[in-house]
Amino acid sequence: MATQQSTSANPKVNYEYRRKKAAEEMRKHVTSFALMIFVTLIAFIMVLAGFDKTFVYPVLLALAALQVVLQLYYFMHMSHKGHGAAALFLYSGALVAFITILTFLTIVWW
Amino acid sequence: MDAEQKFTSRTWPESPEKTTLEGKNKFLGFWLFLGGETVLFASLFATYLALKDKVPSDDHALAIDMFELPLVFIMTMLLLTSSLTSVYAMYHMKNYNFQKMKTWLIITVGLGLAFLGFEIYEFNHYVHEYHHTFTSSAFGSSFYTLVGFHGAHVVVGLGWFLLLLIRNTNRGLNLYNAPKFFLASLYWHFIDVVWVFIFTVVYLMGMVG
Repeated sequence: MATQQSTSANPKVNYEYRRKKAAEEMRKHVTSFALMIFVTLIAFIMVLAGFDKTFVYPVLLALAALQVVLQLYYFMHMSHKGHGAAALFLYSGALVAFITILTFLTIVWW
Repeated sequence: MDAEQKFTSRTWPESPEKTTLEGKNKFLGFWLFLGGETVLFASLFATYLALKDKVPSDDHALAIDMFELPLVFIMTMLLLTSSLTSVYAMYHMKNYNFQKMKTWLIITVGLGLAFLGFEIYEFNHYVHEYHHTFTSSAFGSSFYTLVGFHGAHVVVGLGWFLLLLIRNTNRGLNLYNAPKFFLASLYWHFIDVVWVFIFTVVYLMGMVG
């Protein structure tokens, strides 16, 4: 199917601007990658350090959530415009996921 | 405008993955699919958490006996880096640089293959060293189902990238294949998202006890 609904009225005009913007965004991606590595290192070091699990569990989950947010909003571009439906689908999925895990851990396999 | 139309880096649209109606539909449908994948993995995680360390007798190995941090750390770094390299590929796709996009995708595939190699080694190690198999215990079944499902996703992602690369090698970028490359890379990022929870919930929490 070749239906075209043009979003760029005159691409030649803003070529330089777009190149610059893309390069800037790529730098942001590399920064978020460095952050993800950092978060991962903290998670592994915490386990190596052998803290009590009542302290380690919530921190590990928080670090995982932070890393996933970075992945979704930077690498998967959810911070861009036009991701309303994407957010709806993903968060609906996450809600069902949360309820499923809660149910399995408290009722189903108790 | 035809989907097979030839472009230059100056006429290439800003969001080539969403310029055609087909691209827009794919984008919407793919995010719906990712929402469904989230639920699928939730059921596997829930089952694993409920059945973790549920073994029939004391001579079965538990999570804390088997898991090793260095191996999981290497696998995590490989998959995380491959996520960044596929971001680089999409950066070059948006700049209409087909050669560089292909190069970064090939690097991504290489890292994914390395990850898979370590995973196969890991499973093989558990089966032969600890007799931890799919049928040895409820713990084994739920572990291999969860981590194996993720591994299967890695295989599908690698196959997807390779098929796209082979099919489009001499074709160059156009509005027909740009959405295809874009969605494959979204899928690859999602695989990394799932792995973040696997290394946290299965391995790190498993090692804490």
